[in-house]
Amino acid sequence: MSDPLVKVRGLKIGATVYPPGEKPHDIEIVHGVDFDLQKGKVLGLIGESGAGKSTIGLATMAYGRGGVEITGGEVWVNGRDILKTGLRDVRRLRGSEVTYVSQSAAASFNPAKKIMEQVTEAAIRHNKFNRKEAEARAVELFAKLGLPEPETIGNRYPHQVSGGQLQRCMTALALCPEPDLVVFDEPTTALDVTTQIDVLAAIKEAIRDTGVAALYITHDLAVVAQVSDHIMVLRMGDMVEYGTTDQIINSPQEEYTQALVSVRSIKHIEKDPTPEPVLSVRNITARYPGTHFDVLHDVTVDLHPGQTLAVVGESGSGKSTLARVITGLLPPSDGTIDFAGRTLSAGLGGRSREDLRELQMIYQMADTAMNPRQTVGTIIGRPLEFYFGLRGREKQKRIQELLDEIELGEGFQDRYPAELSGGQKQRVCIARALAAKPKMIICDEVTSALDPLVADGILKLLLDLQKIEDVAYLFITHDLATVRAIADSIAVMYQGKVQRYGSKTEVLSPPFDDYTDLLLSSVPEMKLGWLEEVIAHRKMESAGN
Amino acid sequence: MGPILTLLAQRIALSLLLLLMVSALIFAGTLILPGDVAQSILGQSATPEALANLRAELGLNEPAISRYFSWLSGIFHGDLGTALTSGQDIAASIGSRLSNTLFLAFWAALISVPLAIFLGLLSVRFKDRWPDKLISAVTLTSISIPEFLIGYVLMYLIAVKLGWFSSVAMINDGMSLGQKLNAIALPVMVLTLVVLAHMMRMTRAAILNVMQSAYIETAELKGLSGLDVIRKHAFPNAIAPIVNVVMLNLAYLVVGVVVIEVVFVYPGMGQYLVDHVAKRDVPVVQACGLIFAAVYIGLNMIADIVSILANPRLRHPK
Repeated sequence: MSDPLVKVRGLKIGATVYPPGEKPHDIEIVHGVDFDLQKGKVLGLIGESGAGKSTIGLATMAYGRGGVEITGGEVWVNGRDILKTGLRDVRRLRGSEVTYVSQSAAASFNPAKKIMEQVTEAAIRHNKFNRKEAEARAVELFAKLGLPEPETIGNRYPHQVSGGQLQRCMTALALCPEPDLVVFDEPTTALDVTTQIDVLAAIKEAIRDTGVAALYITHDLAVVAQVSDHIMVLRMGDMVEYGTTDQIINSPQEEYTQALVSVRSIKHIEKDPTPEPVLSVRNITARYPGTHFDVLHDVTVDLHPGQTLAVVGESGSGKSTLARVITGLLPPSDGTIDFAGRTLSAGLGGRSREDLRELQMIYQMADTAMNPRQTVGTIIGRPLEFYFGLRGREKQKRIQELLDEIELGEGFQDRYPAELSGGQKQRVCIARALAAKPKMIICDEVTSALDPLVADGILKLLLDLQKIEDVAYLFITHDLATVRAIADSIAVMYQGKVQRYGSKTEVLSPPFDDYTDLLLSSVPEMKLGWLEEVIAHRKMESAGN
Repeated sequence: MGPILTLLAQRIALSLLLLLMVSALIFAGTLILPGDVAQSILGQSATPEALANLRAELGLNEPAISRYFSWLSGIFHGDLGTALTSGQDIAASIGSRLSNTLFLAFWAALISVPLAIFLGLLSVRFKDRWPDKLISAVTLTSISIPEFLIGYVLMYLIAVKLGWFSSVAMINDGMSLGQKLNAIALPVMVLTLVVLAHMMRMTRAAILNVMQSAYIETAELKGLSGLDVIRKHAFPNAIAPIVNVVMLNLAYLVVGVVVIEVVFVYPGMGQYLVDHVAKRDVPVVQACGLIFAAVYIGLNMIADIVSILANPRLRHPK
């Protein structure tokens, strides 16, 4: 076998951390990782946040993000150790031999420059092509990546194309200088699921056609299974397992990999609707002040006591707006909301303290939903004081009970949010909502920012708490796996309308309407060849039509 | 182009409204100042009849509102009134003074703005290393010393000791451009030192802010050199805040040069204003105040317009 394109040996990466209340100190975040990548092959790097996968990807460009520094080991690219060649040579490598596709193309394109200028910049800079050649290649790539109007799309500014299109432009940017290696860093994670599948297919085809090698970094095993030849599983800066994609997916050896593969194994059997719903949303139509179109059209759904209604949809479908209407933050232009046997006032100002207490909310970003200068005890204790007037020992006792319920033990009362992990923060938010003894909690994408295993823990906790407290959840999410795990009934939203509504079994069983079919079939499945199957199926259908 | 034109029209209309309100304030302000114009013209020994005659002649017996509107309509016709003390037409005397002040401000701006931006870029490039620290130390020192002191120190060192330039910045229409520049070299230097730090620090801060963006990482990963990343990718996105601070300083160069003009005996607006404040010549003070306000508001309006135009989202709507 010829020399590998990339050879990494004993790679160690460190960073300086600034923990609250402590002196800054250096930590090691990658502890000696080895791997080879052959020309034209795709290696998937997978792991949860903090596993070091992006850091390792960027190390193949001798780059450390923020305060991150490569502290040891060797990174050989095209036969030289790029950690020893000096900055001038590294600059020749970046953007010419190795290129990078980031998670958020929207942030990674310069808003002040046209797309074409940015796509061709590296190729021109490194004298791979002159301007004319580079632009011709860019147009060719735009067409290959399935972008509309490939001839002229380069003349637009980044904000003038959609998120999915921009992500493809970023792929064109990476492929334009004909690199040997592209580092894809979560390139589809920020996209809606129906957009993700097209971008994923475009990326895969572009990799195959150009014969470029790739490092594909993601936390989603089902996605990486579609594009890579080999997979390396990482955890806390160490390699856990390395193998062919087939072996990792179908016969994982390590316990951690097995957990990743079998994630989302929660089984929840749906409950039957009760005669009296706790929340009944009737014909809600709403628009934001100062705009001229309705974000919600005639939305009608019910939520039964102690059950979960999953509101599922993609960005812009109106699902979060529905939450704002129910909480009273956005009074609807038409329709009513009945809650616990009474009709709620449309605006927040007209609602009683009892209304507020019985309807709580948990947010996506636990970080920003808590005051960073309050301790966990203060955060959970506030609703106890506010709604029940608890003080002193009684309050302390109740806080501890709530902490026990969310499976955080003693000693958490005096901690600050910054000292908690992402999952722990979300648990504190759950405890704060439960402290009010609500009849219903609106959960707005509460697991979206969490790693799969952590998210699983949160979902299990929510289901357990539902049994104990008999609380109903209105669960807003874009993730169908989450919906399957916890819902009793489902409302599929699309462009502000309820597209499909019923019990979980009804909604998830055929025959489907077109949109629900598209949505369900776009969710990556953890099996080899899934992407090809879906794309082939869709092509056949559109040919049939 | 619809929304951007609306925005620009709004800005311009707001600026005009603001100017109108300022004119009312200036007029009201000079009204409530103690002392009587007629009295100060005629002196303490004036007879009551003479005072009454002069008041009537100057229109001081009219109600304030009608005096304000006749003053305002005069301004619209280019008539700033006549100076009480000299009886000269204010517009004519201000004309040459204003052009002198603008001449000084122009050359100070021509040197200080590019220099400040260049030094700002340089500080970002060498952030937290010695060039950055040196630039910050020097510019912050120069802004911290009162400008008249810098003026006298430079005068002593350069004009007196070295004998390079004249310590008195008198200019007149008979001088050639070279002679004029030679005359204003010292005040230009002082003004540059005074406004440099503010603009340079703001350029540095604005670009460093932009440098946190993900697209800067993209540029670095394209293999661009440090200065190219700053010049091509960071600077275009930092234009709005930089233009804002530049305009603020340009306004200062026109409006705030009173001290420097007095120190260097420069025949500009500042001196003219100071002279007539001392003589209680209210129409002149009003006219100068209004011109200063117009310059200030105008430059800030330009800054707003540039910020709007620099935003690609507004310039190229979806």
